[in-house]
Amino acid sequence: MSEPEGVPPTDSLRTMFETMTRIKRCDERFRLMLQSGQIVVTYYSPRGQEVIPSAFSALLRQEDYVVTTYRGLHDHLGKGVSLRDLWAEFLGRREGTCKGKGGPMHITDPKSGLMVTTGIVGSGLPIANGFGLAAKLRGTDQVTVVNFGDGASNIGAFHEALNLAAVWDLPVIFVCQNNGYAEHTPFAEGTSAKAVADRAVGYSMLGITVDGNDPVAMYGAARKAIERARAGEGPTLLEATTYRFFGHIMGDTMAYMPAEEREAAMAADPVVRYREWLLEGGHLSDEELTAIEAACDAELDDAVEYALACTPPSPEELYDDVYADATA
Amino acid sequence: MTGEPETVTLPMVAAINRALDSALTRDPAVLLLGEDIGDPSGGVFKATMGLSTKHGIERVRPTPISEQAILGAAIGAAIAGFRPVAEIMIMDFIAVCMDQLSNHAAKLRYMSGGQTCVPLTVRCSAGAGMQFGAQHSEMLEAWLCHVPGLKVVVPSCPADAMGLLTTCIFDDDPCVFVEQTLSYFVPGPVPLVEGFAIPLGQAAVRREGSDVTVITYGRQVVDAMKAAASLQEEGISVEVIDLRTLVPLDLDTILTSVGKTRRAVVVHEAVVRGGFGGEISSQIHEHLFDRLASPVLRVGAPNTPVPYARELEKAYVPGAADIVSAVRQAVK
Repeated sequence: MSEPEGVPPTDSLRTMFETMTRIKRCDERFRLMLQSGQIVVTYYSPRGQEVIPSAFSALLRQEDYVVTTYRGLHDHLGKGVSLRDLWAEFLGRREGTCKGKGGPMHITDPKSGLMVTTGIVGSGLPIANGFGLAAKLRGTDQVTVVNFGDGASNIGAFHEALNLAAVWDLPVIFVCQNNGYAEHTPFAEGTSAKAVADRAVGYSMLGITVDGNDPVAMYGAARKAIERARAGEGPTLLEATTYRFFGHIMGDTMAYMPAEEREAAMAADPVVRYREWLLEGGHLSDEELTAIEAACDAELDDAVEYALACTPPSPEELYDDVYADATA
Repeated sequence: MTGEPETVTLPMVAAINRALDSALTRDPAVLLLGEDIGDPSGGVFKATMGLSTKHGIERVRPTPISEQAILGAAIGAAIAGFRPVAEIMIMDFIAVCMDQLSNHAAKLRYMSGGQTCVPLTVRCSAGAGMQFGAQHSEMLEAWLCHVPGLKVVVPSCPADAMGLLTTCIFDDDPCVFVEQTLSYFVPGPVPLVEGFAIPLGQAAVRREGSDVTVITYGRQVVDAMKAAASLQEEGISVEVIDLRTLVPLDLDTILTSVGKTRRAVVVHEAVVRGGFGGEISSQIHEHLFDRLASPVLRVGAPNTPVPYARELEKAYVPGAADIVSAVRQAVK
């Protein structure tokens, strides 16, 4: 594990481990329930990409804004969306973050700063600029982090958004979670650039590529981008390389992913590696780590039990929240 | 002494400018974004002339030619508490940013279970008659009316443009405000009332009549009034309804009028096939089938792109003569 700018403070290391563990275990539980047929929904597992939002979870404030995409569970938990609210939404319950109207692909939770989750590739980037613009006009030092995949770097909205963010010098951090595949297409087959971060040059923007599975490096890169944005030094394109363990969508045969590549990635599970690194470096004790894991499990048990006991929306709620008033 | 407010005569584009100026003055959350909207250009049709000078370039923000980025930034700022007015220069360009409008502005309130709202106004110029050709002349309001979550407004005169635009800006939902280019420079009386606003969803009966109801909106209200005057000479009494807003739709005013006249002609500049006239016609048939003395007729553009040559464009845009023919057919 690299230590380019020194090891983060222990509190941050602990927060990162907590977030990572919460994401990993939440994903495992959700997939288990899907596979056992307890729930039947569309799901895009973020397993393998835990490190990226974990680093941000140790650095962002509640009032900072996050925008993400359909593979977003890790980003939701990284920004602090409550497990209970999230599970209730995943199960389509009235008590969910979005009253059962959004689902996993459309989580919004303003109280934690998770503002938009879009199911349209690349469309979150232009919207993130609006949050950045709001902060800039109000003179606050809030930053906006927008997450997207490598596939999004080939859609027009990406380019329009980066250009405008640079022209207006907005406090926005464009986080490309490059997991190597745009749906079923390998990165190099669909992307002309060697690295997504190289594209920043075309917008006179700082572009950084970092190993998004290395918590210390990821923390350092995220901190740099956040500090720049808070100081009014403008946007950053931060490409974090990673890997998704379970393909594009649950049920994906993953025929297009070489088996040995996937096996190697899973053998180098970043959550497992991080735990070992924390222990070996004496940053956190086995007791502390085990306690965090037990707390995550208890929290998860509680959230799942809570969500299962929540009520589905009644059919007349179909008509609520289309407009501000009922006239239209 | 009457109760009518004092008025001033202004072209529609100046009335729009006044509404924007007044909104920017009243509420620091109001924000303008769009291509070339800053001074000295003041917008390609001068709708924003003087506003960046008066209110500053931070709040009246010229943008690159990036429609997705314009609407995206407006949506994010709207969710964060601003009231952005985004100018999409020509309505045809909405095609470039329909994802932001349809998938995001329209749906984010619903998808978030009402936790966030998008108080955004999108202004666009539209319509044929200037020989702009097929990609700068279309009326695409039917696309927008088909998307739940959007409100759609088409003013017919300067006073309505001012009053309805003000309402859109302070409405908590995304509104698309369609300004027909040919109407921009037609003068009309505008009330000298600070914050003058007209509620959405209230049609105006522009002329009372007893034989046929002509239901229309935007610039075609003027044609309908001309047609009604000429038909009066033939002894046909025409009632003219100006819808003003398509979503929300004032169905009560439509049904009350057609319930009385028992005949209706729906008129719009957009092509007939799949146009909003079909929706209005269908609503009338569903509610008043037993009352109708003849089928509801539609007047609109033919199912072609907008042509360039003056003669072809004239043949494309429906006018007063087309309305007269349709009304005659309805009363036959």
